[in-house]
Amino acid sequence: MTGSRGKGATPFPGDPPITPRLVQEHNLTEAEYRRIEGMLGRRPTFAELGIFSALWSEHCSYKHSKPILKTFPTTGPHVVQGPGENAGVLRLPDGWAVAFKIESHNHPSAVEPYQGAATGAGGILRDVFTMGARPVALLNSLRFGPLEEPRNRYLFAGVVRGIGDYGNCVGVPTLGGEVDFASGYSGNPLVNAMCVGLLKERELITAAAHGVGNVLLAVGARTGRDGIHGASFASEELTHESEQRRPQVQVGDPFTEKLLLEASLELIHSGHIVAIQDMGAAGLTSSSAEMAARGGVGVEIDLSLVPTREPGMTPYEILLSESQERMLVVAKADRVAEVQAIAAKWELTATPIGRVTADGYYRATWKQQVVVEIPGQRLIEDCPVYHPEAAEDPAIAKLRSACPSPASPLPSPDEALLRLLDHPSLASKRWLFEQYDSTVQASTVIAPGGDAGVVRVRNAEFGIAVTTDCNSRYVLLNPYEGGKAAVAEAARNIACTGARPLGITDCLNFGSPERPAVFYQFREACRGIADACRALSTPVTGGNVSFYNESPTGAVDPTPVVGMVGLVSRVDRAVPSHARQPGDVVFIFGDTRPELGGSALWECLHGFVGGEPPAVDLATERRLVDLLVAGAEAGLFRSAHDCSQGGLGVAVAEVAMGGPYQPAGFGLDIDLTSYAIRLTPYDVLFSESHGRAVITCPPERASAVLALAQEHGVPAHRAGAVGPENGVLRVRLRDGAIEQPVARFREVYFEAIPRRMGD
Amino acid sequence: MKRVAVVVFPGSNCDADTLDAAQAAGSDAYYVWHRDTDLQQADVVVLPGGFSYGDYLRSGAIARFSPVMAAVAEHTRAGGPVLGICNGFQILCEAGLLPGALMRNAGLKFLSRPVRVRVEAADTPFTCRYERGEELVVPIAHGDGRYVADQKTLAELRANAQVVWRYVGDNPNSSVDGIAGVCNAARNVVGIMPHPERRNAPALGGQDGARVFLSMEARNATQPASDVRAVGGRHLRV
Repeated sequence: MTGSRGKGATPFPGDPPITPRLVQEHNLTEAEYRRIEGMLGRRPTFAELGIFSALWSEHCSYKHSKPILKTFPTTGPHVVQGPGENAGVLRLPDGWAVAFKIESHNHPSAVEPYQGAATGAGGILRDVFTMGARPVALLNSLRFGPLEEPRNRYLFAGVVRGIGDYGNCVGVPTLGGEVDFASGYSGNPLVNAMCVGLLKERELITAAAHGVGNVLLAVGARTGRDGIHGASFASEELTHESEQRRPQVQVGDPFTEKLLLEASLELIHSGHIVAIQDMGAAGLTSSSAEMAARGGVGVEIDLSLVPTREPGMTPYEILLSESQERMLVVAKADRVAEVQAIAAKWELTATPIGRVTADGYYRATWKQQVVVEIPGQRLIEDCPVYHPEAAEDPAIAKLRSACPSPASPLPSPDEALLRLLDHPSLASKRWLFEQYDSTVQASTVIAPGGDAGVVRVRNAEFGIAVTTDCNSRYVLLNPYEGGKAAVAEAARNIACTGARPLGITDCLNFGSPERPAVFYQFREACRGIADACRALSTPVTGGNVSFYNESPTGAVDPTPVVGMVGLVSRVDRAVPSHARQPGDVVFIFGDTRPELGGSALWECLHGFVGGEPPAVDLATERRLVDLLVAGAEAGLFRSAHDCSQGGLGVAVAEVAMGGPYQPAGFGLDIDLTSYAIRLTPYDVLFSESHGRAVITCPPERASAVLALAQEHGVPAHRAGAVGPENGVLRVRLRDGAIEQPVARFREVYFEAIPRRMGD
Repeated sequence: MKRVAVVVFPGSNCDADTLDAAQAAGSDAYYVWHRDTDLQQADVVVLPGGFSYGDYLRSGAIARFSPVMAAVAEHTRAGGPVLGICNGFQILCEAGLLPGALMRNAGLKFLSRPVRVRVEAADTPFTCRYERGEELVVPIAHGDGRYVADQKTLAELRANAQVVWRYVGDNPNSSVDGIAGVCNAARNVVGIMPHPERRNAPALGGQDGARVFLSMEARNATQPASDVRAVGGRHLRV
């Protein structure tokens, strides 16, 4: 490992010559290539070209999004680690902290749903446990085309099975998430996975290499030829040829992941290592280069020492392989044997492959020959930053001011509600979450199917609430309001369980940033997220940008998914979302306005996505969140459920129907004749105004609930009472009514997805 | 206070939950790594759930060859109580310590949901704190939980009242006879598919599973397996 310093790298035998065509195949522009030559003072080697291609891809460099991401609020008294690390970290009581992150695995899942989704779960788990946190919850946010198309059913089933098989084996409960179906995702499904972990704050470890002479070890699986150029693949549009990328999708091994998890946590707690990072996107290249740049040091790796799955792998392949379940560890120079012993206990190998150097170079050798030599800091930081043009697509502006054709009259409110509950985007997701282990770790307080998942923390009074949210119809029609709405809905969901929202991670799924209409959506949605996060005191602690979600049919609907965590101060008082006791009083918090733009009603009944989506008043939202948290902490509520897609109608139906494993729901008797009196029955029932929730409480607490709502400045309407088990859902309006046995709604709601999947 | 050994295989993922539940029931519970051959004077052995060796071949098929399994077999021969939960049940069947086998769920999908089971035998070391006929709600989480056995074995199970738990109403994986748990003829080895360790506190939605662990602590429920000797074993620290 003593390459000739400063003389630069030389080509490895058999490397192809660097031609304009080769540069283009590496997704680098001419200008970017000239910048590389300028930086090196010579022509790059093939391996170096591969490294630049990976690290300067959108996926790794954020070259189109960086200036926008800088506008997010990222600080707060409880922020332990903001953006820039493997995961964000927020402070909890009693010395605890929560690490969490969301990431996309869209393109691999589009061509190989099972492995694409499985390795997405694997990658996000590693991002969390490399912070020293034990993963305690997984969530996933999924988007597919309509289930009527066989290809979409294949993708949906494969993705769900992939996530399940991976998370179930590793032993991390899946606590929630969301799934939405719309034609915009037909060619390009979205698969976003979020992981939440717990750690003691003093045990936090970051991925910054330091200590000249410290030793780099490759831990875990061997390096194979799979997934080469995954980061670049993620940074281009999907085409008909993308199917040929299938062999590039990595293959997951959750059993090795479980061993790696235990070994990594033991290594971190042992004090033998100074840094650890997953070899994720762009594999060994990004993990080693990023760790070196964060620590302001150089590294030197002898690629001939990296354990490989097959002989004859070239430096290029070893550097860019995305084989799964591998970690790069920086060990203290005198602790290599101890690190290897811990790895061996978990039946893993740990192989020294390089060391930390003082000269700041990112250097890779093959035995004596230097094949890569790049100024380390500049490799990471000198990636060009782009400020793309942004302009709204006039067609969207037109859509925003449109209304559904009056030619198609609406069915009765009963029928409309049943149709909504039968839509896979609104129906129960039991078919999916039942395939995910939701109770392993024996800490699940609120399982999937409610507003947010809640887990307890062993030997502590508090718990954590987790959710993901995004309504892409709103973002499509009005990206600024849509961005705000994603944060607001996440906060409402968290607060309904009684948890105080703490912070977010985001997964920003958009089309190509090089198109002004897409970049406009991105910029505006981020502005909305930033404003909402400021208003709700939920800083952004990191996330992921996924551009180029385009297929031959066009860009996906803009989908900035917000993953949020909250703190339930007393986990024994966590509030479920369903009615639980006959005779309880039902309250509606918040006002309903005629806001059917972008609504599920218009989409399901008219096939129309348009209109001005509901506006979010952030001050109102904040008051509602505060009220929900205060009410839960005082133990006033028996249940709380937010109003979102499908409005009040769907919300009260969900409160009545109860959870999937209850033998029956409860009747509800709701009187809305004096509520929102100027609105039509359809507006009252299906408008998607923000800032609303439906709660139930014991009758003797009703006056306290009213007083608390008044104190918080939230309008509270006493709407009715919970009826008998297996009763009737009755909603009286000034001009119409809903009256159907709850059993009827349950049948439709719980069977909508299984029926379409042929189960 | 009983000494409860929770065996950890590579890929076990309910080991911590099981240890916790046993400790909550008042036991002196500790881990034993699968390579150890010493159960450290265990009164009770529990094989927890998970995916031992990834279960890539067949659930439990590799784990049965782990060094610790000889000691577990020895412990059962001496009459010591052994409980297998989920993957642990699968391993006990693979090792021939329990009759029958666990096959892929009839629906071919992993299933995670609460189920209702009836206690059919309250005379085992793990169910003596329940009443026979009592119904419990406990979660399942498995892909390979369909209990099968040949006709002769099934006849024996019935004749000797070896069915310990039976699904009521919803038979989630189409197990024969609705079998959710069985014991051996000597009644000291019990395997169950549902996870009692995940329902032992009100915050977890109920505590119907707690008495599995309290049963271990009950008087006369267990007898020491005094002929199992210590050979250089140690506690596993995780």
